[in-house]
Amino acid sequence: MDISVPLFLELGAVLVALSLASSVARRWGLSPVPLYLLAGLALGEGGVAPVPAAGAFIGTGAAIGMVLLLLLLGLEFSPAEFSQSLRLHLPSSVLDAVLNALPGAAAGLLLGLDWRGALALAGITWISSSGIVARLINDLGRLGNRETPSVLSLLVLEDIAMAVYLPLLGAAVVGSTLGRTTFTLATALLAVAVALFASRRLREPINRILDTGDSEQFLLRILGLTLLVAGAAEAAHASAAVGAFLVGLALSGQLAQRTRVAMEPLRDLFSLVFFLAIGLTIDPRNLVPILPAAAALAAVTALTKTAVGFYAAGRDGVARRGRLRAGTVLIPRGEFSVVIAGLAAGAAPGLVPFAAAYVIILAVAGPVVTYAAGRMPTPVWAGGTRNGAEA
Amino acid sequence: MEVTEVLLPGVGIRYEFATARGARVGVVARRTGDTELLVYGSGDPDTPRHLLHLNRDEAEAVAEMLGAPRVAERFADLTREVPGLVSGQIEIGEHSPYRDRTLGDTRARTRTGASIVAIVRGEAVIASPTPARSLHAGDVLVVVGTEEGIAGVERIVGAV
Repeated sequence: MDISVPLFLELGAVLVALSLASSVARRWGLSPVPLYLLAGLALGEGGVAPVPAAGAFIGTGAAIGMVLLLLLLGLEFSPAEFSQSLRLHLPSSVLDAVLNALPGAAAGLLLGLDWRGALALAGITWISSSGIVARLINDLGRLGNRETPSVLSLLVLEDIAMAVYLPLLGAAVVGSTLGRTTFTLATALLAVAVALFASRRLREPINRILDTGDSEQFLLRILGLTLLVAGAAEAAHASAAVGAFLVGLALSGQLAQRTRVAMEPLRDLFSLVFFLAIGLTIDPRNLVPILPAAAALAAVTALTKTAVGFYAAGRDGVARRGRLRAGTVLIPRGEFSVVIAGLAAGAAPGLVPFAAAYVIILAVAGPVVTYAAGRMPTPVWAGGTRNGAEA
Repeated sequence: MEVTEVLLPGVGIRYEFATARGARVGVVARRTGDTELLVYGSGDPDTPRHLLHLNRDEAEAVAEMLGAPRVAERFADLTREVPGLVSGQIEIGEHSPYRDRTLGDTRARTRTGASIVAIVRGEAVIASPTPARSLHAGDVLVVVGTEEGIAGVERIVGAV
């Protein structure tokens, strides 16, 4: 057993520094995701404090982090919540896709990416960070607010849209010919169907295989199963992330709840490593030229998200101020936008730094904007009156 | 009294009702077992005031303080007033197939027509258990229904 002194010291120093930074961020009600990305930037090539010894661990850890992020995203799926969200908010969800994916795709083409890169950027601008949004709703004390169900419904529908979008993107990125792409995609969508079927009909056998009273056993089984499926998916040219997402979809009810509790600490650690690794791959000197474009796209897609939330909350009969809160709370993009950029890195390498810049901007600005929207009187353009009373 | 239920996807369920004195009360039951107690005031009709945040144990304790006497009363009334309706108590044994599973999994009401109105667990009474409530060995189910219905529930959850 060779103990690598530099590895421990570097990694320990990085984690301690990050914990300090993220506790400051939490105090301001900000998500730590942009911090981790910035830390990766600072540590990497052309940064201020390179960490060569931790490189191998960070590389492996990042892959596991991506898998765990998507496993837990899949776990959030519950048939009852999905069908209700679909019934109430299908139009909002369609509007969400149109208003937020299209600017991304258009920007991708304007930036000179091919159609695969444009498809990836469409996903990056489309999906709000359910993690950051849920936390904001909690921290700002909006759980009981009347606009909150519409916001949460939109998030559920976005997460499920990922079940179709991710395989599509995965197939597009690895597909060499049209026939191959179609085949990969068909296989992936079939796998999604199987996973959904399993979550509804195969509860008993899945429970029997995985359910054990012993928490260590449980952790090993879930993690083992997830990594096996992820590896198999990667081997089948889908992508490990899609495989993990499917495992999450297939687990339901009490089992999903237990998995969430068991996996959250692991997910937090390894997703941190994932964001660090993304930051590490980016040379800060290459980041400056893309900032204006990223900021412009962030501004546009912040407005389009606000419009979607405004519309969705309106469908639930919420008053204007609540509709504005619903719209602004949806602005932050986060972990999954970065994951999508990572997935598409093979086809569009320039997308990773761009997505990182975009996510850093929105993950910081989003919470600030929605906090302000909750505090201030309704502006005149949203139908408020001059003295701040509800119109 | 009318209680509206709103699903909060990914978070839990929000219940809302108005008291006779005109206050609008909200209860957010989170999936984690935590509970928020809210009151909707005037001003912005969409934003409630947070009163309390209770963890699972605290919420159960409060529920019992408020609910246990009620259940006992309702029970006595029910079985007295409706001929043919009886109540029974069924224990979940060590070997019950539904041990450590949820009440919803038993589908007892659908299959027998009898209602499980409470679960007695040691000293505690869980009134009006939801389908998501898990059953443990030693729990006693309080069932109201016909004779056959109660026998049916016994067959379903009893140690076979």
